[in-house]
Amino acid sequence: MLSYIGRRLAYSLPVLLVGSFVAFWGVRVAFDPTDSLRGSPDAARVIAERRHSLGLDQPLLTQYWKWLKGFLHGDWGTSSRTNDRVYPTVMRSLGYTFQLVLWSVTIALVVSILIGVFSAVRERSAGDHALTALAYAGIAMPIFWLALMANQFLAVWPQQRWNLDQPPLYFNGLHSQDHSGINLDYFRHLALPVFALVVPLVAVWSRLQRAAMLDVLGADYIRTARAKGLPERRVIFKHALRNALAPMGSQTAVDIGTLFGGVIVIEAIYQIPGMGQLFLNSLLAGDVYVVVAWMVVSAVFVIAFNLLADILSAWLDPRIRLT
Amino acid sequence: MARPSDSSHLSADAVDLPTAAARPAGNGFIRRYSRHKSAVVGAVVLAVIMIACFGASWLAPYGKNQQNLDLAVHGPSLDHWFGVDELGRDYFSEVLYAGQLSLKIGLAVGILATMVGAAAGVIAGYFGRAVDDVLMRVTDLFLIVPGIAVLAIALRGLGQRDTTIILVLSALAWMRVARVVRTQALSLREKDFVVAARASGASHRRVMARHLLPNMLGAIVVNATLAVAFAVLAEATLSFLGFGVETPRTSWGTLLEKASGTVGTPTVYLLYFPGLMLFLVVLCVNFIGEGLRDAFDPGDGER
Repeated sequence: MLSYIGRRLAYSLPVLLVGSFVAFWGVRVAFDPTDSLRGSPDAARVIAERRHSLGLDQPLLTQYWKWLKGFLHGDWGTSSRTNDRVYPTVMRSLGYTFQLVLWSVTIALVVSILIGVFSAVRERSAGDHALTALAYAGIAMPIFWLALMANQFLAVWPQQRWNLDQPPLYFNGLHSQDHSGINLDYFRHLALPVFALVVPLVAVWSRLQRAAMLDVLGADYIRTARAKGLPERRVIFKHALRNALAPMGSQTAVDIGTLFGGVIVIEAIYQIPGMGQLFLNSLLAGDVYVVVAWMVVSAVFVIAFNLLADILSAWLDPRIRLT
Repeated sequence: MARPSDSSHLSADAVDLPTAAARPAGNGFIRRYSRHKSAVVGAVVLAVIMIACFGASWLAPYGKNQQNLDLAVHGPSLDHWFGVDELGRDYFSEVLYAGQLSLKIGLAVGILATMVGAAAGVIAGYFGRAVDDVLMRVTDLFLIVPGIAVLAIALRGLGQRDTTIILVLSALAWMRVARVVRTQALSLREKDFVVAARASGASHRRVMARHLLPNMLGAIVVNATLAVAFAVLAEATLSFLGFGVETPRTSWGTLLEKASGTVGTPTVYLLYFPGLMLFLVVLCVNFIGEGLRDAFDPGDGER
């Protein structure tokens, strides 16, 4: 097992290296961090000085090498946009994104498993058909449109309808001014962005759980359990669900890794200063150190969750051997 | 045309030849597709939307960008189905014209990504070794970085013209097709009919074009629909974030971007319709994909 993890990580390193270089190169080619200085008096000299201080006058490979050396020594560089250190900036944003991801994934998992079990047990019932239709709708829904519609119908509309001072749910940030911590105010801010992230996840995962559950319910040992006279509830939740969780576990882990892409547009709509906002703002400002750090952190998460997926499925299903 | 059964005289044990080779022609295909009511409805709705959008010059009630400042801003009515925007334009016409670009990009990416992906996948799966290694490393690289981020960087770097958007989206979408085709090619190349074709002197190119690809038509077509759905949504998301289609050109994504500030205002209806069109198109494309999957693959319901 340990050697498997080691090999997988070693295999990921060149991918990370190439990926970070491509991102570095892409940002350097596409964005000019001195754009904002164009309008200043004596622009040519100011820009030249800035370019020198940013190291832009050096060959790209030298710049990348310098960044890489620093990065590996824990020095992630300085943001050219805010002049803050990159490492604490990224970590602060990561905190916000983690809250979104954690709540979304937890809720989506619970809901998906419940829906999946229900639809499998009541296969082809009216409820199953309705949930299937909803899943199709959820998969086809543009996530940013869903979010905007939720703002209109779950926050603004009730406020106008009942003449409330405040909307029941907020769609700006994670806290009101002068508020912090986990309290009602926090959840009223969190509900809408989490809803928009949960819907597409549940749409995919509930279908997966349904398929896995149907697979298991047809197995001989389930018939045996029923024949022994076990209560149906016990058959479903103890005998069937356990084994139906294995394929779910690995797929969800893979999907969690890719959530980092999904939060970009949600954070933009809800003005949450997480990784997505950091990425957009840094990209537009040509802030190469932040963008590359963002890329590396996102990639590390994807790799880690993919690895977790394999370990999880091996642990849940002893028939799978990791080699 | 060389069918798998042509090789049956070569060896006695060639009885497990894949008999379900894709045969799109014939009533069976259409019958199996029609069994999916949602797929039929999806095809009809998508056809109506496409005709309405691409034929907007003739069908739209008002011209593109035609302003009528005498018209007060108002919501959906009998004269203006989707309402009138703040510049006095008929929003129904605007949505139809914007759909041209959304659909054009979606379809072009679907076709381009499928062709490139199928070619790369079949070469990698058939030859294996170095070609395969390169393909898998490249796709691995793109699997670990969020696609939307790559697209944003690429579009800003290369410019946000229509062709560039199509090329950049295809550059990301072909890999999924390639992976599926590669897996199929890996298993098909061991089959007797391929060995037989080689033994009877067919070139590698002929084996790939006449024996491998026709046998995976089902998987390829289904993945093409997935690529279209991906491209339509990706274009909308990128345009919404400001990395896609640029003004004065409009797509459903840019309309949504412009309407995103209308939440809580009287003109919020501007937000409903472009999103609804996106939703409908992706839904229909997915339904068509389901229908095609079953039509190509009668034995197996789910996959």
